[in-house]
Amino acid sequence: MSTNEMTGAEIFVKCLMEENVEYIFGYPGGAVIGVYDAMHDMSDIKHILTRHEQGAVHAAEGYAKATGKVGVVIVTSGPGATNTVTGIADAHMDSVPLVVFTGQVATNLIGNDAFQEADIIGITRSITKHNFLVKDVRDLAWTIKAAFYIASTGRPGPVVVDMPKDVMASATSFSYPKEIKLRGYRPFYFGHMGQINKAVEIINSSKKPVLYVGGGVINSNASKEVYNLAKKLNAPVAMTLMGLGSMPGDDRLSLGMLGMHGTWYSNTAVDQCDCLIAIGARFDDRVTGNPQTFSPNSRKVHIDIDPSQISKNVKVDVPIVGDVRHVLERLTPLVHSLETTDWLEQIDRWKNEHPLRYESGPEIRAQYIIEKIYELTDGEAVVTADVGQNQMWAAQFYKFKNPRSFLTSGGLGTMGFSFPASIGAAFGVTDRPVFSINGDGGIQMNIQELTTAVGNKLPIKIIVLDNGYLGMVRQWQDLFYKKRYSHVSLGSNPDFAKIAEAFGAKGFVADKTEEVVPILKEALKINDRPVMIDFKTTNEDNVFPMIPSGRAVAQMIDYPKSVEELKMSNSRVEAAK
Amino acid sequence: MKKHTISILVENKFGALNRIVGLFSARGYNIDSISVGTSEDDSVARVTIVSKGDDDIIEQIIKQLNKLVDVTKVVDLTYDSFVERELVLVKVSANRNTRPELMQISEIFRSKIIDISQRSITIEATGSEQKVDAMIKMLAPFGIKEIARTGRVALKREFEGAV
Repeated sequence: MSTNEMTGAEIFVKCLMEENVEYIFGYPGGAVIGVYDAMHDMSDIKHILTRHEQGAVHAAEGYAKATGKVGVVIVTSGPGATNTVTGIADAHMDSVPLVVFTGQVATNLIGNDAFQEADIIGITRSITKHNFLVKDVRDLAWTIKAAFYIASTGRPGPVVVDMPKDVMASATSFSYPKEIKLRGYRPFYFGHMGQINKAVEIINSSKKPVLYVGGGVINSNASKEVYNLAKKLNAPVAMTLMGLGSMPGDDRLSLGMLGMHGTWYSNTAVDQCDCLIAIGARFDDRVTGNPQTFSPNSRKVHIDIDPSQISKNVKVDVPIVGDVRHVLERLTPLVHSLETTDWLEQIDRWKNEHPLRYESGPEIRAQYIIEKIYELTDGEAVVTADVGQNQMWAAQFYKFKNPRSFLTSGGLGTMGFSFPASIGAAFGVTDRPVFSINGDGGIQMNIQELTTAVGNKLPIKIIVLDNGYLGMVRQWQDLFYKKRYSHVSLGSNPDFAKIAEAFGAKGFVADKTEEVVPILKEALKINDRPVMIDFKTTNEDNVFPMIPSGRAVAQMIDYPKSVEELKMSNSRVEAAK
Repeated sequence: MKKHTISILVENKFGALNRIVGLFSARGYNIDSISVGTSEDDSVARVTIVSKGDDDIIEQIIKQLNKLVDVTKVVDLTYDSFVERELVLVKVSANRNTRPELMQISEIFRSKIIDISQRSITIEATGSEQKVDAMIKMLAPFGIKEIARTGRVALKREFEGAV
């Protein structure tokens, strides 16, 4: 090897430095042992050793969602690579920019059923934005540059780079390409001016407009532009699960979340509006219910960077393909301020008649916990949520003031996401508290990452909403399967507080409403290690409002005031079937 | 549901064809036929896919294909005038008595006999899918032993006069 030559492993480290990577989440193994040798000398980039490869990917997702930067992962071949699959699929569904480096057996062994060999390129083809197998060390630098470029531009997504052991050991001269040109990949950012003008016409003639904003707004850092448009139009804003934080939750124009468990007033407003402006949202089935009856009286404008999302589920009148921020920068100056006083008053009435509600009493209600976390952190915390009831209550009751503050698995619905994602978020955001909201089911799916959080002294507040059930499945069994609770009881749960202590974290347990605030305050004071709070909550509470799957807004069930009303709403569900 | 002929240019790289086929299976689109070979540019392969679907599905197929990083161009030829050909090899049972008639049929379809034995002949034909179908129908009563079809290849027609 001549003096100016470097091994693949050294080039790998050099490329990460060129990409200004701060953190790489990973787990070593045989196929990447040479790469880890080169990483031993890294100083600018910190390697975070998780305790499971899935934890590494979710941590990278949490980091990416919280900061807007690319999340980076390295794992070994075979089982190391296959353990990343759920996280990669999750990032693909939620448009999270990730570059996942996987070790691979030496090129002469590929296809030989070698030890720890898996065809990770084949396995991840349908769950990545793109993937690469590096067959020659001379292609390595270009491939890494291309991977970061593809992951972070256009509609972001995960890219896998598979690196055979011999390629990383062989040497070549290093030069990092300045730019990447790919004939088949040219994302366009600026919307078509003709389409923008058509949209302006529709918007300007509207009396009852609604903005329907999704994760695309967060991804393109366009929350300020959305705010400006909403204020100029005097139009209320309904947010998807992924779009929460686009508009401050405490603003009069915020309708909170829409969809299956959205607020009564956001779903009703979307149902009755005459102009729906969809921004970086994809008319997902959890939002639309029955797409035939979704927002039936509105003319629709749809701004999205991904052409394949246009008219996929719901036909729109004016599609605009482009980056949300660029399009809004051009569209907002052209629209008039609208006279919507009557419309906003109508919406205020709906807000008063059908607020988000829950029962209160000595037993702890999950909703109460979220509400208190919101109050104690003034809406400024970074909150990760898992999947299920805990996620919906977090989305409903924490009124996010800022974008990139609510990190959750939307598209794939991955249980076990919240806690490792909060680890990544805690590395990315150090000036705001980080809360991880979990159910007692999901927390057990990646609980091993307590070691990672303790080892790095991350002051994450891990909240376990412990109702002894897989709550959302139980809710469906309650409402739609005659209360036949099939395998949803988590009766043999461990003592979560003791588990936390065993890992070296602080553990709390509480089962009375009056204990909630003092313990949260106590937890917020601890800054040198994670805190896990086991809140024993009411066992059989349901998330409302609810639009049963595939139904229309007319079939929405609001929070039952009494048992009688719950029974009535049950019979409504029966009738709906 | 209409049949669409979609012409795709894709980087001639490891796994590129797999991405295209994988997209069709992952999203439940159907493939009537597929043919692959290099194009005028060695680094680019041309894939011709015939697929059935209503307009919404075909629109999604085209958009999803365009999203693949290795795909450089996608054209739905169906809306243009285009030339298409398919090549087929048909092995038919033949004996002294039937051979002359088979040769006549072969001639009518302007095809070639490329292999002959005591019990069979193999006919090579090219043409539109309908022509190939018609010939196979004519040969069927004689007893078809094996068929190999390439699937459709197509290019946009440049001739602008009346066809």
